[in-house]
Parts: sequence; structure tokens; C-alpha cells
Amino acid sequence: MAADRDPAFTTFVRYMDRSRDFYAAQGYDRPYRWAHHEDVPFERPTVERSAARVGIVTTTAMHRDDVDTDDPSASGGAFAAGTTPAPARMHTSHLEWDQETTHTDDVDTFLPLHRLAELAEAGRIGSVAPRYYGVPTLYSHRQTQRNAEKVEAWAREDEVDVVLLVPL
Amino acid sequence: MSLVARHLESVGIPTVIAGSARDIVEHCGVPRFCFTDFPLGNPCGKPGDAAMQTAIVEQALDLLWSATAPRTTVQTPFVWDETGSWRTRFMRVDEETLPGLRRAGEERRAKQEAKRAARSPG
Repeated sequence: MAADRDPAFTTFVRYMDRSRDFYAAQGYDRPYRWAHHEDVPFERPTVERSAARVGIVTTTAMHRDDVDTDDPSASGGAFAAGTTPAPARMHTSHLEWDQETTHTDDVDTFLPLHRLAELAEAGRIGSVAPRYYGVPTLYSHRQTQRNAEKVEAWAREDEVDVVLLVPL
Repeated sequence: MSLVARHLESVGIPTVIAGSARDIVEHCGVPRFCFTDFPLGNPCGKPGDAAMQTAIVEQALDLLWSATAPRTTVQTPFVWDETGSWRTRFMRVDEETLPGLRRAGEERRAKQEAKRAARSPG
């Protein structure tokens, strides 16, 4: 496989540095304090993969025709919505992603509900949770923690065994 | 999103993150991370490429059962394009973009200031 690496970039893009410089250029000289933890929790799944019910979490928001797509508050709060049928589009323009290089018209590129349904159909996983969960990307770690507790409650209601989280 | 994974894991629900911002996720510290070295926007595969999307989702799910310790990162084998030109494009700061960025920052602060003034009477 041919590498796409410029020899000047020996490894993956450093987004923490990139965004710090980007916002400094806009006159924000107090850099964002990214979450950092020494200890990391770890649990092994208690069911076989072929029997597991998989939940999925997205940072994107539900698409609404009546919302100004450039308004960051359009993302709203945490939410749970049905996985069948899978949404045809999601609201993404309020988030930080490379809109010059790519697009988010194919929802499965970041919320792969069709792909998960196919894996369930093929017996590769037990099932897909009846709802997917949305958690907006927030400046505040404390608000994100509250949203995490909401996702936990929904996942328990939906009897989810494992969770796939996909930040855009 | 990493904080959500950490919370779920801490209450007994195993998690895996599929994403493209490796430094941010690993800096936070998460149980399992399936990294695809793509521009931000399509962490589960290229638009229209269902086979790639399936491969990435499968690799992320595999990690749930194969990882034996936290902070386990795997990288999927996919390359966005041969040029790699996307790597320098996003959030680019140089002579060309700097004046526009300064202006955007000033405009945003003015807007926020106006909002604050409207909220506080007198």
C-alpha cells in the first residue's frame, strides 16, 4: 500500500496543537484544556460477540429542516432516537470537521446503522439496540458527564451489552 | 465523547471508540480505540464505500473482545488518498488564512458581547 505521508509528517495529525494555533490566530489566547486521565476503566464483555446487543453513540445531531444549520445551539442536548429506519441524514455543520476535504451525506461514514444491521443479519453480532444515542460535543466536561449518565440510563433500558462511540 | 466512553466503562458497559482524532482520544485515556487515519468527518469509512465501512466497524467490534487492557489502540489499514494533502488543510493557519481568522474571531467576540449586553438590562 502506498503511504500518503508527507515525510514532514511522520505520524497522525495533532489536532490539539492544530486547534490551539487555530483559535490563537482568532485572538483566543487561553487554550482549551482537553480532558486527561491517568487511570482508565476497563471491563471485559460478558456475552459472546454473536449474542451481543450493540449500542452506538454519535456526536452529530438529528437533522431538522426548521433549524438554522449554522447555529451551534441547533445541536441541542443529548438524545435517543430509533435505529429502524436509520436516519437518512444528520446535522453536522455545527461540528469541527474537515468540510473542505469531505462530506457527511453518507450517514454510515460516522453513524453506521446500516452496516451494524447487516452484521446482525449475518450473525456477526446479536442485535443492534433499538435506539442510538446522541451526545453533543461540549466545552464543559461537567455537562458531558451529565450526558454520559443519560446515555448509561438509555443503554440500560435498551439492554445494551457493548457500546460503539463515534466522534465525528 | 471519550468522557462518555470512560463513564460507560466505569459502570460496567464495555466500549470502543471509532475515530480519527488520535491525539485527543489517547490524551483523554479510553479503554479501546479503533483509529482510522482519515480527515475528520468519516471515521467509519469513505462515503459510498460500504465494504470499507463494514471492515472498520468489524475491526472496532473485534477490539471489544480482543483487548486485554485499557488504552488499547488499533489502526485500520485504510489510506484516504495518495497525496495526503488533507493533512495540512483543516484549521490551516498561514499568511493566507491569518487575516480572515483574525476577522472571524473579532466578529464572534463582538456578537457575543452584543448578546451579553442584550441580556443584562441597564
